[in-house]
Amino acid sequence: MKQIFEALEKDARLTPEQISAMTGIPAAEVKKTIKKAERDRAILKYKTIINWAKLGEEEVWALVEVKVVPQRGVGFDAIAERIYRFPQARSVYLASGAYDLAILVAGKTMQEIAVFVSEKLAPLETVQGTVTHFILKKYKEDGEILQGGEGIKRLPVTP
Amino acid sequence: MSKTGSTHIKLPHSCISQKVSDIPPSGIRKFFDLLSSMEGVISLGVGEPDFVTPWHIREAAIHSLEKGYTMYTSNQGLPQLRQELAKYLESCCGLSYDPENELLVTVGVSEGLDLALRAILNPGDEVIMPDPCYVAYPACTSLAGGIPVQVPTTEKNNFKVTADDIERRITQRTKAILIGYPANPTGAVMVKEELTQIAELAQQHNLLVISDEVYAQLVYGVEHTCLASLPGMKDRTILLDGFSKAYAMTGWRIGYAAGGQEIIKAMTKIHQYTMLCAPIMGQMAAIEALKEGNSEVGTMVREYDRRRRVMVKGFKNIGLSCFEPRGAFYAFPSINITGMTSEEFAEKLLMEEKVAVVPGSAFGQCGEGYIRCCYATSLAEIQEALKRMGRFMKRHHTR
Ligand SMILES: Cc1ncc(COP(=O)(O)O)c(C=O)c1O
Repeated sequence: MKQIFEALEKDARLTPEQISAMTGIPAAEVKKTIKKAERDRAILKYKTIINWAKLGEEEVWALVEVKVVPQRGVGFDAIAERIYRFPQARSVYLASGAYDLAILVAGKTMQEIAVFVSEKLAPLETVQGTVTHFILKKYKEDGEILQGGEGIKRLPVTP
Repeated sequence: MSKTGSTHIKLPHSCISQKVSDIPPSGIRKFFDLLSSMEGVISLGVGEPDFVTPWHIREAAIHSLEKGYTMYTSNQGLPQLRQELAKYLESCCGLSYDPENELLVTVGVSEGLDLALRAILNPGDEVIMPDPCYVAYPACTSLAGGIPVQVPTTEKNNFKVTADDIERRITQRTKAILIGYPANPTGAVMVKEELTQIAELAQQHNLLVISDEVYAQLVYGVEHTCLASLPGMKDRTILLDGFSKAYAMTGWRIGYAAGGQEIIKAMTKIHQYTMLCAPIMGQMAAIEALKEGNSEVGTMVREYDRRRRVMVKGFKNIGLSCFEPRGAFYAFPSINITGMTSEEFAEKLLMEEKVAVVPGSAFGQCGEGYIRCCYATSLAEIQEALKRMGRFMKRHHTR
């Protein structure tokens, strides 16, 4: 079964028939397995990794470190939930070390992100402090190298 | 011709040795010139991974260069590499080789094969090998002064050699059996029981066995058996393996030979005069591959397996019968249904649909009627190649 998900993780557009050909598992069973994983939220969603800069679209990203005071009974979960409900927070992680929450924030401009941090994040009651790192350049995203890559260098016919 | 350049002197025909003249050029290379002038070709004609060597292996080699490791190594290869090889052979096949005397690091399996044959053959000695087989087997045997004796294998028997068929060709002059499973070009794998029969035969007739196991780690749903691990076979077997295929390291040129002390010593004697040592950068990379490369091999094997299934199923869908390859990264479908020879098929397919395959006849007479297709190519390319070949088959399906 793992093979089905490995194939899908590489290429979300594969049809059950194609996956069946790759794994030898009957297409009907592939379909059923995927449906179940979607229901169980083992598969969360199908998306495309887009290099927006290539399309001439500007997008600004920042990594925001947030230090918070954990609350009795709910720990970090309650504050994390308040934060992750903002659509600007694209990813939210609880991290060990010098700060508690790591948040990836996306916006159209630096101003937009600055406003989000200063007006939405920082004033939250349990937030003690934030540090914002603007992303200057993306090299690799979700395992994909954005620029260059290695290309094929082998000869077309070899022993 | 430039005024200062060398004028073309017609050399006497005899300036090339008879032995070399007698060896036919590799059938694989024939298509190369044709291909290089064409655009948009999908090549299933390669014999190497489409993966680049895993980064941590490359990085280890870069680090070693930065540290200044740019010199010769001992003839037999870096001691640390031989120790890692001994550990690897112990853990994968339960074999214990002495890194001092029973292992030799070579410039690919290619050199190992040449050394093995030259070390054991007297002029006129016979070496029994399957047909079809890897192009270097008969050529290197002849170059070493031996006589290749080929045992036909058939699709009916999944392109495995049988002990009976070998036995029928044993003569006074037979010195060794040369096999390579998982096989290039067929993708055939021989299981333990089948290899045991060959091992017993070798013992009965006091023959050596050269076993090219360069595809050992690339098997799908079957287990690879190392011939040397069978009872009584360790000293009788010259085990050849390397890093080219499993670790996607073809360009590094590192392989190794494992065998009895006497034979390894003889091979080392030739190696020290003709090669001196394998390149140190490659040896450094190989150490890293053995220590940390396992998980990448697994990832690549799973990926090849997906592609293998897609290709074999695809061939069946377009009317090419294809026995199920269980190792290496080749499928070997029959083109019998088209009534063409392998070469005609390969040439027409290239011209009409721009898909390059290797005619089976390049690997011996018994490869006639088949084509070798490599699935170490991206799934998207395999699918496109299948589409083109499907069109081709619709036009040429005659029988
Ligand atoms: C069966 C077989 N043996 C040996 C080799 C050569 O391997 P190496 O790169 O280690 O010289 C190849 C390469 O195609 C092969 O297919």
